[in-house]
Amino acid sequence: MTFSVGDLFLILPELLVITAACVVLVLDPVLRGPSKDSLVWVSLGTLAICMGLTASQVSGPTAIFSGLVIIDAYGAFWKLLLYFVTGLTILLSYSYLKEERLYFGEYYGFILLALAGMMVMVSADDLLTIYLGTELMSLSLYVMTGLKREEPRSLEASAKYFVLGAFSSGILLYGISLLYGATGSTRLPEIATVIAGQGLSDPLLLFSTILLAVGFGFKLAVVPFHMWTPDVYQGAPTSVTAFMAVASKAASFGAFLRVFIEGLGGLKANWSAIFLLLCIATLLIGNIVALIQTNVKRMLAYSSIAHAGYALIGVVAAGRMEGSSGIASVLLYLALYTFMTFGAFAIVAMLRKGNIEGEEIEDFTGLSKRHPLAALLMLIFMVSLAGIPPTAGFVGKLYIFKSAVEAGMTWLAALGLIFAAISAYFYLRLVMVMYMREPIDHSDTAPHVVMSPTLSIVLACTVAGVVIFGVYPNPLVSFTMQAVLILK
Amino acid sequence: MTGFPWLTVLIFLPLIGAVVLFTVKDSSVRLVALGITVADLLISLPLWWLFDASSGQMQFVEFARWIPTLSINYKLGLDGISLPLIIMTTVLMPLCVLISWHAIETRVRSFMAMLLIMESAMIGVFCALDFVLFYVFWEAMLIPMYLLIGVWGGPNRIYAAIKFFLYTLAGSVLLLVGILVLYFQGGHTFDILQLSQRSYGEALQIWIFFAFFAAFAVKVPMFPFHTWLPDAHVEAPTAGSVLLASVLLKMGTYGFLRFSLPMLPDASRLFTPLMVALSIVAIIYGAYMALAQADLKKLIAYSSVSHMGFVTLGLFMFNIQGIEGAVMQMVNHGITTGGLFLCVGMIYERTHSRQIADNIGLTKPMPRYATLLVIFALSSLGLPGTNSFVGEFMVLVGTFLWSKIAAALASLGIILAAAYLLWMIQRVAFGIPAAHVLPKLRDLNLREMVTLVPLAVLIFVIGLFPNPVLTRMHMSVEKVIARVIPLPQEETSALNQQVPSSTQQGLTANVDLTISRGTTSSRLADLSTKEHRP
Repeated sequence: MTFSVGDLFLILPELLVITAACVVLVLDPVLRGPSKDSLVWVSLGTLAICMGLTASQVSGPTAIFSGLVIIDAYGAFWKLLLYFVTGLTILLSYSYLKEERLYFGEYYGFILLALAGMMVMVSADDLLTIYLGTELMSLSLYVMTGLKREEPRSLEASAKYFVLGAFSSGILLYGISLLYGATGSTRLPEIATVIAGQGLSDPLLLFSTILLAVGFGFKLAVVPFHMWTPDVYQGAPTSVTAFMAVASKAASFGAFLRVFIEGLGGLKANWSAIFLLLCIATLLIGNIVALIQTNVKRMLAYSSIAHAGYALIGVVAAGRMEGSSGIASVLLYLALYTFMTFGAFAIVAMLRKGNIEGEEIEDFTGLSKRHPLAALLMLIFMVSLAGIPPTAGFVGKLYIFKSAVEAGMTWLAALGLIFAAISAYFYLRLVMVMYMREPIDHSDTAPHVVMSPTLSIVLACTVAGVVIFGVYPNPLVSFTMQAVLILK
Repeated sequence: MTGFPWLTVLIFLPLIGAVVLFTVKDSSVRLVALGITVADLLISLPLWWLFDASSGQMQFVEFARWIPTLSINYKLGLDGISLPLIIMTTVLMPLCVLISWHAIETRVRSFMAMLLIMESAMIGVFCALDFVLFYVFWEAMLIPMYLLIGVWGGPNRIYAAIKFFLYTLAGSVLLLVGILVLYFQGGHTFDILQLSQRSYGEALQIWIFFAFFAAFAVKVPMFPFHTWLPDAHVEAPTAGSVLLASVLLKMGTYGFLRFSLPMLPDASRLFTPLMVALSIVAIIYGAYMALAQADLKKLIAYSSVSHMGFVTLGLFMFNIQGIEGAVMQMVNHGITTGGLFLCVGMIYERTHSRQIADNIGLTKPMPRYATLLVIFALSSLGLPGTNSFVGEFMVLVGTFLWSKIAAALASLGIILAAAYLLWMIQRVAFGIPAAHVLPKLRDLNLREMVTLVPLAVLIFVIGLFPNPVLTRMHMSVEKVIARVIPLPQEETSALNQQVPSSTQQGLTANVDLTISRGTTSSRLADLSTKEHRP
């Protein structure tokens, strides 16, 4: 074990985020009333500093702490994405918590702790570090899910999430230990060396690969490990749902890709078959079950499952070809998915019906009459989620399906596109309800969108991402290509 | 060619206009929208004269790198096939704004913005020379059209809108797969011209042909995929119906002509019998269905199925008469059917019914209207002297060269068209009114005359002087034919393979006809072909 003080400078962003989380947690009981808003600015300020620090780390790989952590462009890509999402979440929560009358300073503390966990996940080069990061992220999310203490649904979601999350962590840990048994290491580069040497001679290796796939499958919410998703997404406060659907998924993909490409790259042919099955099941269940949802949060939950399925197409393709364009397409897809999904959740969060959230599809009836702008934004997000040009969703799908065709799996691209056409039905149903039905309820408690400056920032950022990257994705594409070079 | 980016301006002016629309006063929204569409028309007109008819190359080409990592470019260009279609689109747009002047009273701003976005996308489709760019424009049209039908449409609009959307989307997803496969097979490029010059294996061509077919056949719509069309047409507001019938349907046939034929020549030849069969079924079935309709819009919708059958029939003849006739027919159908839909929209504004039974005997109260309606209907049934005659006649000549039976069956469509249209005119224009409401009807005002007269004039201009249109498309069409049927001197071996003997005859006829081509010469063409027949 070698340790140098210089290593600490490289993990300065992580340290800063954790410090900020502690500061927020300590200050919360001290501050009263409106001065609690300062916690928001502390959190946002920290994120801004970290963003600057990480942006300067987009360079060659540096392994630190004896190879437990690695600082590289790949990690930097995910971290920048995570800062962005966390910033948006904090801005959204600022308005949302006021509407919900939830005054918890620790809320921001937990967001930052979850972020710290995610940052560890995406820059870990060792299975145990990844596990630590996963746990830090998950534990914070369990608490945040249950923050609406008066509401049984929120508590139920939290309990369900915790039980299934703990279960999946167990499976992940079991896989890690078996892999250690088979290869004698938990460090990804060493595991890769051992596998390159001996191939798949050891059945233990296959078994541990399956366990890891299952463990990550829970975190990524792919079928058949998705059962928790709709209930948790529906029960959690919507700002937390948005955070989970986007940030936790991104971080899990970040860690997952590094483990399977870098560590288990020698078993590509084996795991790509597993993920092919998972991918088809995910596309099927995600898109079909979303068709019959009446609750927007549940519909978006199934939609996020389906989108993990599209991303898996890229993973399968990456497993079937040389070169890194397949993984790059997954990174691109998740980055673009961030904008549209977060935007959609932001509008759901701020659609109020009296004192509660208007989260049924019915509540969107005639929205275009009362809030033309909100309806237009929702239209853009839905169109993008359905993958129709000229939006970010189309660019993401174009690259994913391009990878599939490149890997010789044209049929998978065709299948994915057919599911995309099916998904258009439920996305467009929301558009139909907003634009083509007259508002029914004219009372004071009729659903309305509560606009606020912070919400405007969130919506402006997300819609700008959807439109700009839909028309001119090149900078983002180049960045993803640069980020994945390190994995090869 | 010239340094001025004609096509970019043409495409993006309406889009910018749509944004500008949201900054102007309520009272001037309609005027601004009209101004933008007229400006776009004025910009498009010089292209007609600047276009060099002696060249089959793409003209006014614009090129910019767009997504270099996937070699996707912003590449635009015009040839003799897209030029008439673009002019037709820009001519129709101001008319669509005019017809919606009072017909649309709710959310006028959004409505006009949707029309303008549609215009951008439609012109983009006809100009795009990069496959991804094409696909972006092709799909970008879905949402505005969905909203046009769903928000401003008739009572059953929601069903019609979602049906239109899902049919078209489901069709075009396979198109994207086909595009991606071609990208890898054709040397990592999305450039349409480059992709059209490569040769692909026959098995691959067959697969891609079906992928393209799914997208284009739904859009045309060809026979078993046409069921969205009557619903969409009937429920859409008049301007929406006009755009659907006049421009959107052409995109399907344009797709066949621009992509399927030159890129997949072997598969196109192989599937000619299938395409001909579907076309003839569409011609006859559409006409029969039109005969049975009591709703004017439905009648015209089914007549579109029938008329578009002529276009697909002509395209797959692979001879100069067939394809030029098909392109002519695309333009003609846009003008004539657009006119008919405008007429139905006007009468609906007055009587609030599209039923034939409710609109009987309009000649007395509305002489101007009745005159124009008769002109459009006569054009639609292909009366000599009108535009449709030229197109349908050329298609039939082309078909005759391929198979006499096919030509005979297709001409049944013309007879049936005469039946359902004359019967419609007999009732709507000259019937004996049911005495109570009709005399109160107001005849066309200036705005409505301005909406209809340009189309009526075009009907006769093209009908009597089709040569300007034909000369412009001639070289481009020949280029396509040279791709589908390899020229004898260089490809004698190919002729030994799979070229049907009748096509060979068609080819010989082509070569002779290049001299005596033209309208009046189409009859000559017929004769000269007969002489060449063994």
